[in-house]
Amino acid sequence: MGEIVCTNVTKVWGVGTTREVAALENVSFSVRHGEFVVVIGPSGCGKSTLLMLLSGLEMPTGGTITYNGEPITGPDADRSLIFQQPSLFPWRSTIDNVAFGLQLRGVPRKERRQQAEKFLRQVGLREFANKHPHELSGGMQQRAAIARALCLGADVLLMDEPFAALDVQTRFHMQSFLLDIWLGSGKTVVFVTHHIDEAAYLADRVVIFTARPGRLLDSVDIDMPRPRNVISPDFERYRALFVERLRSEVTRAFQEQELAEMLDTRIK
Amino acid sequence: MRSLAVRAGWWVLSVGTMVGLWELAAALDLINTVILPPPRVFIREIENQAQFLLPQIGVQRIGGNFVALTAIWASFLRIVSGLALAFIAAVLLGSLAFSLRVFHKLTYPVITLLAPIAPVAWIPFALVAFGIGDGAAIFVVFVGIFFVLELAAVNSMKNVDQHYIDTARVLGASRRQVMWHVIFPAILPNLFVIMRVNLFGAWMGVLTAEMVGVNTGLGTIVLVGRQMMNMNLTFLGMAMIGIVGYLLDAGLGLLQRRVLWWKSVAHV
Ligand SMILES: Nc1ncnc2c1ncn2[C@@H]1O[C@H](COP(=O)(O)OP(=O)(O)O)[C@@H](O)[C@H]1O
Ligand SMILES: [Mg+2]
Repeated sequence: MGEIVCTNVTKVWGVGTTREVAALENVSFSVRHGEFVVVIGPSGCGKSTLLMLLSGLEMPTGGTITYNGEPITGPDADRSLIFQQPSLFPWRSTIDNVAFGLQLRGVPRKERRQQAEKFLRQVGLREFANKHPHELSGGMQQRAAIARALCLGADVLLMDEPFAALDVQTRFHMQSFLLDIWLGSGKTVVFVTHHIDEAAYLADRVVIFTARPGRLLDSVDIDMPRPRNVISPDFERYRALFVERLRSEVTRAFQEQELAEMLDTRIK
Repeated sequence: MRSLAVRAGWWVLSVGTMVGLWELAAALDLINTVILPPPRVFIREIENQAQFLLPQIGVQRIGGNFVALTAIWASFLRIVSGLALAFIAAVLLGSLAFSLRVFHKLTYPVITLLAPIAPVAWIPFALVAFGIGDGAAIFVVFVGIFFVLELAAVNSMKNVDQHYIDTARVLGASRRQVMWHVIFPAILPNLFVIMRVNLFGAWMGVLTAEMVGVNTGLGTIVLVGRQMMNMNLTFLGMAMIGIVGYLLDAGLGLLQRRVLWWKSVAHV
């Protein structure tokens, strides 16, 4: 299970203060069970806000969000959120970071470490179990963060530009790695990015947002078998389509710069 | 290992030079050795152990032949108890202020007013309130450090990276669990820094209290030396004060590196 339905979702930050910001306006879309959806849009359009709402950390100011048919009322380990910034706790070893969720549930130390080790192996970090986050590279840290989400049996992975801080080469590896984990797992992924190539490479479907306040601009199914060839004409076509759709949305002054950033690709 | 040897070498050289010049000046009769006895002389004062059992210098004999230890122990225990109590109280009240806005608003102005009062300024009150003895000295350390530490605790808690808190919440942490597993470990390094910075102020507080009324401990030794016009005793006391203060700081530093090593490599 892992179906999410947003109906007319609106989010205004700082309601009643002088610094009211409408981040999302009237957003309706749904994510099917097991689907890999990528959300793309210009920076500041409310992508992170959307994931906060889907995770349950924040409540919408209008509209409804349901998960498996039930309204979302708060965070739930079933829907794990992974940030761009490394969010491993620096004072815990890698394995204790991965086992943290189980610890919160009161699973005894030995048992939770056994579980965690299983997932560390899955993400290729078994030898790093007793290292601390600062001893891991950025890519390894994100893999550990993914293992931490998997360790709690999350059905939905909400990922907020998780690879944006990584260098181009590592980002490419992480994308393939994520697909390996996801394929056949039945897990639902909502992945936020502002990289056009990343969207076209990963997604079953790409959801495009307008500039702030974010509204749904378009939703494009990507009809390409995996693993995708990033230098194929098909890939080029999707890419051109996204650039076209986004061109009108990035602010005029920074248009060229921002589009260039969004195209900062791994085949450069 | 080599760098340790080099550091030790400089240490010996530095202290050796000072002692050497001092001894030389004494040998050449350049200084009045009654007022300014050289180390070789005042250190020998330690052989006169009986004097440390005078009711106004030492405390009750704690066994062994080295009775001066009772005075060292008395001062040491006072500062350590004061620090520990201040730490516990600051974390407890800090947590309360952090989670309860009303409590924070109510206490903040008072605490900011009390924080700048130097520990020594509390001594007269402490002597009246607690009488002569450990209570007064511990209280002086406590007030000397508690207010600053409480302010630092609240401030550090507010500055804990929101991603760590959100991550824990997504993984299912309750408010209490967030406090215990995220906020406490995250602020610990800051609190240690504050403790170390204020250590010497607190140490001064203990010694002064011992001079003006507590009547036992290292501070008293220095004063009694003056009263009996025995500068050997005074300088011996000063030497012990220096060494114990140095060891306290080194001990705290060691604890800091041992337990909070990750802070030097990560930023929270
Ligand atoms: N916690 C918050 N409090 C107040 N305003 C916020 C908060 N988070 C985001 N915003 C505002 O909402 C808008 C959308 O931000 P965000 O969702 O982070 O955009 P994106 O992730 O697409 O770059 C921005 O104007 C931002 O300043
Ligand atoms: Mg964002």
